[in-house]
Parts: sequence; structure tokens; C-alpha cells
Amino acid sequence: MKQSFFRIINNTQLTETVYKMKLSGDVSDITSPGQFVNIKIDGLYLRRPISVCDSENDVLTLIYKVVGKGTEKMAEMEIGTELDVLTGLGNGYNTAVSGEKPLLIGGGVGVPPLYMLAKKLIAEGKKVNVILGFNTKAEIFCEEDFKALGAEVVVATADGSYGVKGFVTDALSDVDYTYFYTCGPEPMLKALYKATATSGQFSFEERMGCGFGACMGCSCKTITGYKRICKDGPVLEKEEILWAD
Amino acid sequence: MGRLSVDLCGLPLDNPIIPASGTFGYGYEFAELYDINVLGTFSFKGTTKDPRFGNPTPRIAECNAGMINAVGLQNPGVEKVISEELPKLKKCFNKKVMANVSGFAVEDYAYTCEKLDKEEQVGWLEVNVSCPNVHGGGMSFGTNPEAAAEVTAAVKKVTTKPVIIKLSPNVTDIVSIAKACEAAGADGISLINTLLGMRIDLKTKKPVIANKMGGFSGSAIFPVAVSMVYRVANAVSIPVVGMGGVSSAEDVIELMLAGATAVEVGAANLIDPYVCRDIINDLPAVMDKYGISNLKDIIGGVK
Repeated sequence: MKQSFFRIINNTQLTETVYKMKLSGDVSDITSPGQFVNIKIDGLYLRRPISVCDSENDVLTLIYKVVGKGTEKMAEMEIGTELDVLTGLGNGYNTAVSGEKPLLIGGGVGVPPLYMLAKKLIAEGKKVNVILGFNTKAEIFCEEDFKALGAEVVVATADGSYGVKGFVTDALSDVDYTYFYTCGPEPMLKALYKATATSGQFSFEERMGCGFGACMGCSCKTITGYKRICKDGPVLEKEEILWAD
Repeated sequence: MGRLSVDLCGLPLDNPIIPASGTFGYGYEFAELYDINVLGTFSFKGTTKDPRFGNPTPRIAECNAGMINAVGLQNPGVEKVISEELPKLKKCFNKKVMANVSGFAVEDYAYTCEKLDKEEQVGWLEVNVSCPNVHGGGMSFGTNPEAAAEVTAAVKKVTTKPVIIKLSPNVTDIVSIAKACEAAGADGISLINTLLGMRIDLKTKKPVIANKMGGFSGSAIFPVAVSMVYRVANAVSIPVVGMGGVSSAEDVIELMLAGATAVEVGAANLIDPYVCRDIINDLPAVMDKYGISNLKDIIGGVK
């Protein structure tokens, strides 16, 4: 973990509720895809944890959905604004176990951390398939970015307005994969837990206090013991997950 | 002895800054960020007789200038704290540490304190009779002078180190509880623990926290801490450790003027992990600004 100051380079709207923010600053502590940063926002007490979409050459890219006070304030931030950011938080995805043909499955605002993961897997010479799930065509983002990396991309929309009609699980049967990585809403994660044929890694979300393992605010039970989503996660392996209900 | 040094129950502190229990783990996460030996000491994660997972999540809610937590005393239990956590702590901290203890029966408190009292690195026992998070647990001891005194006496009977009783502000008369603890043999009083708080999500129309209520902390509670420290410090003759919403060197000086011998910093650690180090660095200049030569001279300076 590292505390440093970042300056906003741009902050653009991708869909009705999703924004992309690029910041310049010291990204040296971001070592794995799937990690997150924790941002101090003027007027709010707790920092806001946001997953890292990309991090390269001192530029940090975040894609976030406006869901509350913190992200509302972020959406209004101007270019040049300086932000106090804790970087390099969480374990991130482990690419060493992916095999030759990893599959990445993202749902909604769970899609962004998979971008940096895809980039790393492709750099490692692996053939990457991506399934992206959204509710409607209007909510789709990042499809072209994954394609530009050289990944095979399938999009599923719940209303059938684009790509495969249905959920990400409806697009699974067409893909041959050695391992999978996923991030998205919990119902999607649960469905994938049952529908997938291989081992894999899941990224979880929880309300956090500190984001770096001190307060035990985001603990969960796993087969291998109690874990803090912020420090021992957010990525858990399929075999260690214990669903809360 | 430096300008910042104080004496807490017979043990010297290089400075009065103590990260509060539950916001600093067992120290080693913060030791990755800075040399935690700059601290006066720190109060480690509340420890109980048996291991505890704590409450279901969500455990955290945000408030204006503060937060609510309902962690529910998650800890590995005293045996594992001694066998696994303290050896790790020892590697990054070479001073005496404050052992924070919670319990659900008088015998539990005595059992846990007796074990920790035997650990060389433990300098003080901070006995939490006030955690508001556990159903039928800590709360009841801290809200009743007789029960708080009973815990104090039971712990004192089986320990040799200074015993500091940590009090809840969620009571009608905190002074009577502090006095009862002093009469039962307490060597110090620390206060205030969190205030009982609750938030409701307008979208779901349900409490934000799974446990419904939790402990409210952060800058918003600082004035409550000042008033309670002031009242208790003027009513007892044992040292008082002040806490509640402290986030700056100025806050430390204010609580010491109110009567605190040392000052714990809680929620602020979660927002700014370097805050305790920064407060210690800031203190000399802030003392100069207000004409203070030595911190120990200002304890209880306001009458």
C-alpha cells in the first residue's frame, strides 16, 4: 500500500451512469490486476474503494458507476483536481494458474478490473476469451477496448438488445476455456459458481471501513478461514468460497 | 525525557499518542507503512476468551464527519493472540503494548486478562466494559456501576499490571461508573468508547448495518469526548486516557487540557493510516504556537 497524490487527466461519461477517470501519479504499488485504490473525497468521511481498470506509465484508469454520494462527487470532478489516493490495495488476480485459454466474465461495473487482467494474460501469450454482461445495449462499455487488446469478446444483454440474449451464463456453452476469472454482482457470481466447468477466481465487493486490513469491517467466512475482503481479497478462489446463504 | 513524554500509570510514554483498539489490528499492517515505534504505545485489537467472527456484514456505515461500525469483536481468541499475533507484533514494536480485553461474563474478563498479564510485552490492560456491538455482552457491564466495579475487581485480583477500564458514553452518569471502577481498584480510566448509532438506507428502507446499530465514532464525537473526559478527570484521582474523534495535534492538546494523561486515536487511522505519526510530528510546532513547553504540564489544565 502507498499513499500518494494523483491529478485528474480526464473524466468522461461512458454511459448514463458509468464514468471513466484517468489520473496521473505514482502507480508503482499497483502490482496485480484486480487490485483497488481508496480515494479520499472532500466532504465525505470514508474513502471510496474503486477497482483499477488499468495502470501503466504513471497513469491510473478507473471506471466507476455513480451509485451514491461518493461517486456522484467523482463524476463532477474537474480535470486538474488533485486526489489523495491509497494504491495497491487487495490481492488481485493470479494469472499463473490460468492455463492456455483463460475466460474472463464481467457483469456491469464488474467489467473494469478484467481489462488490466486481459492485458496481462495476453502479454503472457494466452488466448483470452471475454464474456461481458449488461442489462441493455445502452449500458455497454469496454467492448471495443477488450477487442483492441486482441481478446475474443461476446456480449450478453438481459433484454436481448445486443449480442446474446440473456445472462453471461447463457454465453458460457460456446466457449472452450482452461480457467476463468470473474467480477460482477453477487447473483452473477453465484450463478457462475454453479455453471462453470473449471476452477476460477472471483472478485467480491463489500462495504469497507479502511480498505487496508485494519478495521475488520469487510470480513467474510471462507473454507480456509475468516478473510478480509480488502486485504486477503477481493479475489477469492472458487474452492474457498462459502456463500453467506 | 522529551517535551512530549508523559507517565501512564507508572510507565513512561515517549509521547501520549496511542492508536485505539480496533483501528490498528495487532500493529503489523501499519508497520509496513511507517516505524510504529514512534508511537507512545498502541492498544491492540479487542481480545476475548474464545475466537469470534463477529457480526454479519455490512458492518460499516458512513455518517457526517464519522462512521458507524458493528464489527462485533472479531478476534482469534486469547490463546491464538498470544501464540500467533504477539510474536508478530514483537517483531515490529519494541515498546510495551496495551492489551485490550472484552468479555461476556466476569470470569471471561478475568481469564483473558490473567493470560495477557503474563506476557512480557503487555504494559497495560485496557478492559473494555463498553462495546455496544454484542447482544447482551459488554454493554451491560459498562452501564452499571456495580457491574463495572465487579469486572474491575475480578481483573485486579488476577493481574499485576496497570488495569485501565474503558468506559461507554452511552450511560446516564459516566462519573459514577468511573468512580465505582476507581474504588474497585482500577489504575486508570479510558473514555469514550463509541456512541450508539444507526443509519437507514432510503432506497432499501432497511438499516445500512446488518446488526442494525453500531458504534458511532469519528470527528463528530470529539466534543462529547472533551466533556466526558473533563467530568471524569475532575472526579477521579487516577489517570484518564482520552479518546473520541481525535484527528490532530490540536485535538490532543484540547483533550489533555480537559484532563487526559494520554490520548487514543481511533477512526482517523482508518481514513489516514499515517495520522498518528503525523500528529506526533506536528505536536512540537503546535505546542510552540500555544506556548506549551511540556505536554505533561497541561494535563487537566482547565478547571
